[in-house]
Amino acid sequence: MSKKSFRQAINEALRQEMRRDPTVILMGEDVAGGRGGSAGTPDAWGGVLGVTKGLYEEFGETRVLDTPITEASYIGAAAGAAVTGLRPVAELMFVDFVGCCLDQIMNQAAKFRYMFGGKARTPLVIRAMYGAGFNAAAQHSQALYPLFTHIPGLKVVIPSSPYEAKGLLISAIRDDDPVIFLENKVMYDVEEEVPDEPYAIPFGEANLTREGDDVTIVAFGRMVGMANEAADRLAKKGIGCTVIDPRTTSPLDSETILDCVADTGRLVIVDESSPRCNMATDIAALVAEEAFDTLRAPIRRVVPPHTPVPFATVLETLYMPSVEKIEAAVTATMNHRVTEKV
Amino acid sequence: MQIARETLLRSYRAMRTIRMFEERLHVEFATGEIPGFVHLYCGEEASAVGVCANLTDNDTIASTHRGHGHCIAKGVEVAGMMAEIYGRSTGVCRGKGGSMHIADLACGMLGANGIVGGGPPLICGAALSHKTLRDGGVAVAFYGDGASNEGTTLESLNLASVWQLPAVFVVEDNGYGEATAASFACAGTQKDRAAGFGMPYIECDGSDYFAVHEAAGEAIAHARAGKGPVMLHVHLQRWYGHFEGDAMTYRAPNEVAEAKRDHDCLKLFRERVTQAGLFEDSVLDEVDAAVTDEIEAAVLQAKDDPLPQSADLLADVYVRY
Ligand SMILES: Cc1ncc(C[n+]2csc(CCOP(=O)(O)OP(=O)(O)O)c2C)c(N)n1
Ligand SMILES: [Mg+2]
Repeated sequence: MSKKSFRQAINEALRQEMRRDPTVILMGEDVAGGRGGSAGTPDAWGGVLGVTKGLYEEFGETRVLDTPITEASYIGAAAGAAVTGLRPVAELMFVDFVGCCLDQIMNQAAKFRYMFGGKARTPLVIRAMYGAGFNAAAQHSQALYPLFTHIPGLKVVIPSSPYEAKGLLISAIRDDDPVIFLENKVMYDVEEEVPDEPYAIPFGEANLTREGDDVTIVAFGRMVGMANEAADRLAKKGIGCTVIDPRTTSPLDSETILDCVADTGRLVIVDESSPRCNMATDIAALVAEEAFDTLRAPIRRVVPPHTPVPFATVLETLYMPSVEKIEAAVTATMNHRVTEKV
Repeated sequence: MQIARETLLRSYRAMRTIRMFEERLHVEFATGEIPGFVHLYCGEEASAVGVCANLTDNDTIASTHRGHGHCIAKGVEVAGMMAEIYGRSTGVCRGKGGSMHIADLACGMLGANGIVGGGPPLICGAALSHKTLRDGGVAVAFYGDGASNEGTTLESLNLASVWQLPAVFVVEDNGYGEATAASFACAGTQKDRAAGFGMPYIECDGSDYFAVHEAAGEAIAHARAGKGPVMLHVHLQRWYGHFEGDAMTYRAPNEVAEAKRDHDCLKLFRERVTQAGLFEDSVLDEVDAAVTDEIEAAVLQAKDDPLPQSADLLADVYVRY
């Protein structure tokens, strides 16, 4: 056990799984970096943000494949390799680039098993960075997990901390279905204690990061940290919050969400993806349908507005959910007074 | 081909403006005041300027993530660009886009682009507009060696040929896509790719403004005459990292120094025009001084300009909603 960053935790999961299973391969743009360059350093980058650093050195060019800038072909190749015996981890870099290769994910990898009558296994992992907060503007900041969650056949993972990232990535690699593994780009330097040995965190089992009696907060990825902070501040004001990190949006641990809502009677959902048809609307529908009678206040959503992600810092800050916005939503739900119907 | 004196002077000024704009950004970025990603075009100035000297506001270009040079060459206003990069409401995109999304449709600039290979399909569409509306315009896609491998680019070459569009595909080959060399990532040759799609191919040395101007002139004239698309392959060197902050550990230490010494388009231009007796050094020095002032003023103004207002967040998602 030692302190590791989100980046190191992901690197360690990849390294340990590649050591364990020779069919695990990596591919993507500059996952090694420097191939063909005049310095002769074919491990110059290890990914644009250094997440795969050192893996080329250990596993060589047959296991760590730098690709040309051709998402449609290499993401498709990863799907094709997955269904024929390899266990590829393909890095898409920014999740926004899925625009260039969605067919291979949505119409190919996701559907093999069902279309082929249960005869296919597609142990594919696609890693990508998501999220705003980097001034990366409209084409490099989206949080597209609802898009993937919408597609039957895909599993979707959003780790909220270094510990979560390692355990969930190991599960993703060992999983026999296609998994989209989304890393919040603002979190790579976040550190916490992470076990040195491999461990797997199962999909579809939510984690409660705070427990309290008054309000349930469901949050995803980076939003979990914000929800925790809001919960700690609110605790000082005497408001108890349970914070649920579902870990995976598909499968979704509905049971834990419903149980917690039954206990607290109030629900706030924090989701940094665009507000229409996102995880917040999905969970709101679930609770409205399954737990209507337990609700003591309207469900509140802390989500960005229905706009592309703006560039300027002032606008991006306004766009994003924040600890303050979560606190305000929790306070509003606490202040709600039920008016008896006559 | 004879190039008019004022075209030469305008081109020199544009190249100098790009150089100073980028070098200044390099310095300012290091102070931490500029948000987001910045990709510098230094060393490649003659490509954008040599091509755009053959275009008017009626023609359309599409650019890349490394877009400042194309914007300046196509006539986008420098102060508005600087303000955009600083995220100010006075920016050409009102602070909504930043470096990677500078666009100015009024002067035929369809936008820098955050998506590699995003431009070539758009240029097929722009060329289709020019052709359908019979406005005499030509559409030019700038894209890198890395982008030349995207499916969108290769499909666009085919579409432009099938539709016989007035389009020019300018491959700006600086030898790298991020940290990966073109020699590793590009199979075959650009020339064979053009031939494969049945379009003429021209290549030139991108540090030689005159070579680019002539090659682009030929390509654009061909497209404008309704004879279909052309590929123009420009050989270049990039002087800075892929983005600001890239230590370039994949490049030999002397590679950039040699490029600066032997392939400086501004130095080569100056030598050529002064030796030919076209301009006195003092005339070019005056341009340099004027550009220095312009960039200084743009930076000071940008830093001083107002930030966007909260209402701007919700504005302009749609024309009407
Ligand atoms: C679809 C897509 N894939 C990957 C990227 C990340 N990326 C940005 S620039 C770049 C390299 C582009 O290389 P090239 O086309 O040669 O242009 P250069 O940077 O050399 O000007 C990459 C891979 C992106 N922005 N979009
Ligand atoms: Mg390049």
